[in-house]
Amino acid sequence: MKATQIIKNGLIKENPTWVLVLGMCPTLATTTSAINGMSMGLATTFVLLMSNIVISLLKSVIPDKVRIPAFIVVIATFVTVVQLVMQAYVPALYETLGLFIPLIVVNCIVLGRAEAFASKNNVWHSLLDGVFMGLGFTWALTLVGMVREILGSGSIFNYKFIGDADGMLLFILPPGGFLCLGLLMALINHIRNGKK
Amino acid sequence: MAKKAKSTLLNMFLSLTVIAVVAAAVLALISSVTKEPIEASKRAKTENAIKAVLPPFDRLEDQDVNGMKCHLAYKGDDLAAVAVESASENGFGGHLGIMYGFDAATGNITGYSVLEMSETPGLGAKAGQWFQEGAKGCVIGKNPATDNLTVKKDGGDVDAISGSTITSRAFCEALSAAYETFQQIEK
Repeated sequence: MKATQIIKNGLIKENPTWVLVLGMCPTLATTTSAINGMSMGLATTFVLLMSNIVISLLKSVIPDKVRIPAFIVVIATFVTVVQLVMQAYVPALYETLGLFIPLIVVNCIVLGRAEAFASKNNVWHSLLDGVFMGLGFTWALTLVGMVREILGSGSIFNYKFIGDADGMLLFILPPGGFLCLGLLMALINHIRNGKK
Repeated sequence: MAKKAKSTLLNMFLSLTVIAVVAAAVLALISSVTKEPIEASKRAKTENAIKAVLPPFDRLEDQDVNGMKCHLAYKGDDLAAVAVESASENGFGGHLGIMYGFDAATGNITGYSVLEMSETPGLGAKAGQWFQEGAKGCVIGKNPATDNLTVKKDGGDVDAISGSTITSRAFCEALSAAYETFQQIEK
């Protein structure tokens, strides 16, 4: 498998959010603003990258029957690292994302890539897969966050452009999250299919 | 590809043990490195809140009253104002933690700062600004002893956040709990 193919898979062809539709819980919950979505994406990218590397390195010494618990321990370790580091150095961000950081452990993308990719491929390819699956997740979350922030609070990356007025509150609340995600997914898959 | 380890009991036992031990070691290391900054940021948060709710002061003294954390601010040798960390469990999102500042002499509210909340964004989450000086539901400068600080729907004088009566009620509840504690300090 070629490197360019892995990159394309992560960003577009097998994009975790738009195509694989994995990890919807953090996607809906953290995308109330573009910054939140992006931060969640980047935190997940770090975990994906590190767990993919380690699991790929360990794949021949982990017996098949205990691979899932072994993967989970590796993933949980990196998630806890992210959590502690965020809490220490970006407390403001940790406060908004706090609840969802530990939940990266059970994000299907991370375990999914470990099981489907890292445990079968070499370290270099697994590293690429981790980074670009993560970035694919990040751009999807940032986009949903941007749309919801523009419609819901009338601002973009915290820069308010409609003065004092409030946005359409619905889009900050969970129902707006579902609406945005669904419509964006339809739009992106329409564009993707048109290119075939 | 390298040969895969067989799923024998010994292999499974060894691989999981080694992974778990290494993971624990890594986490212990990271935890010891980040312990200091995490505590520092928590302290900074409390200090910022105290500065926001109290008029300028020279030194602080912490005291636990009624299970609430109180920060007594002295100007020179006189007790100038008190910040009380209060909370209500009846917010729309459950726990609503707020710090209130009271003038030591008069009992007037000098300020408040929301510490923890999970209120609805755009509605109840406005509580951080709504009751501040100059805003619609301003409580700053009022006195819980003489003013009726409950929401208008309950017969009080506080303008509730539009669409968020429950959050506003929780705010008033935490406020009166804080004032009660404040009175006990003075005695």
